[in-house]
Amino acid sequence: MAKYLMLKHYRSTSKSLDCAPMDQWTPDEVSAHIQYMNDFAAKLTESGEFVDGQALAPEGTWVRYDGEGRPPVTDGPFAESKDLIAGWMVIDADSYERAVQLAGELSAAPGPGGQPIREWLELRPFLGAPPTITE
Amino acid sequence: MDDVLVRSLVPGVLGVLVRRGADFAAAEDAVQEALVEAVHSWPAAPPRDPRGWLVTVAWRRFLDATRAEATRRRREETVADEPPSGPVPSADDTLQLYFLCAHPSLTPASAVALTLRAVGGLTTRQIAAAYLVPEATMAQRISRAKRTVSGVRLDSPGDVATVLRVLYLVFNEGYSGDVDLAAEAIRLTRQLAAAVDHPEVAGLLALMLLHHARRAARTATDGSLVPLAEQDRSRWDTALVSEGVDVLQTALARDRLGEYQVQAAIAALHADARSAADTDWVQIVEWYDELVRLTGSPVVRLNRAVAVGEADGPRAGLAALAEVDDALPRHRAVAAYLHEKDGDRTTAARLYAEAAALAGNAAERNHLTRQAARLNSR
Repeated sequence: MAKYLMLKHYRSTSKSLDCAPMDQWTPDEVSAHIQYMNDFAAKLTESGEFVDGQALAPEGTWVRYDGEGRPPVTDGPFAESKDLIAGWMVIDADSYERAVQLAGELSAAPGPGGQPIREWLELRPFLGAPPTITE
Repeated sequence: MDDVLVRSLVPGVLGVLVRRGADFAAAEDAVQEALVEAVHSWPAAPPRDPRGWLVTVAWRRFLDATRAEATRRRREETVADEPPSGPVPSADDTLQLYFLCAHPSLTPASAVALTLRAVGGLTTRQIAAAYLVPEATMAQRISRAKRTVSGVRLDSPGDVATVLRVLYLVFNEGYSGDVDLAAEAIRLTRQLAAAVDHPEVAGLLALMLLHHARRAARTATDGSLVPLAEQDRSRWDTALVSEGVDVLQTALARDRLGEYQVQAAIAALHADARSAADTDWVQIVEWYDELVRLTGSPVVRLNRAVAVGEADGPRAGLAALAEVDDALPRHRAVAAYLHEKDGDRTTAARLYAEAAALAGNAAERNHLTRQAARLNSR
């Protein structure tokens, strides 16, 4: 059993698959897309594999320490948004193969015309707890 | 109220309900409800016979649930109020529950969760916290597991090896929440050892005790891992060590060797050494040879290469390592260690850094990064 983070990037919808940005879909297509995400999370809860998931606002701020007694420096938001994270989901899967299968399913969320948008999802394993017996 | 004592009654109580004809999933729910009721009412009114109390309350809960179900389906009374008399619960009932919860049709994660709940008596909330998943997810995982095994007859014979693998997972893999999974695994293995006479059950119990004995020495105050060679051996729990050694010797005398007994024998040789330098590595290599013969496991070959490096020098260790699949996790970490012992600090530093990038957990990654940094900074 291992936990994996599935990262959804904003870029994938508009760039890799000739798919219009979401604000140019019909309202029903947007609703169907979101419903798919919710159903997917509910299905994973039912299968005992869901851990957590959230959507993120597109605009973020970069923050950096700027020395003792000074307020942190902030920067952004930046217009270049191709690598912004749109949301994430954490799953607890029995194997890497199972995690890949689930990420593939999530990537099939419907877009314009109800077609799967085939967006790229980034799958990252968590660093877990150290085993007790190693020798 | 002694939580562990109460939970030790769980398998027996569940066994009684199943013997009386309750189906496993419903009986398990009823026992959980009885446990919750015990938590509330026992502090004020402790029962004279805790086990009898749990059986009575759990049976009543089971009947209530069955009746409610029957009403929902608008059926006539389906279950007789009088509990059918059954045989007195025995060690066999407990053993059958272990088999059921570790049934080969379950995934490892499901078997672990079901074992902790139905045999261990832990709540879903506690199990969820121990594995860092939401309670709803764990509840579903457990009820799916119960559905999966619902058709399995409780008296069908099982394989002790599958049970041991589940208990090993509970001991070896898990986060630390308010439930001490290692202690729980030891408790469940003790209980199993009382129910079945099997040298490998004893072997696993010995293995757990010998590793648990090192627990205090295994992590530094900042939470970082302390490797075996650097542990303060005065902090090892000598009572656990001697119990582990006793259990192991009794098992080995049966002359039915298995992988857990061999692993325990290796742990016992470490426990026996007053310092890392005093370790009988030659004998450890012999046990690893036995373990390779028994399991053929590549991970065992990897650990054997470390032992060979200690017994016959780093060159011999590297030669043994050359026979091991280099895609294995920790392969580079072992190579780094042997190269440093061989005096090649540059190669060792590079391999430690590569090993850190491949580590599967943060504690190991941090340890390997520090090793690379130590070699690079001189």
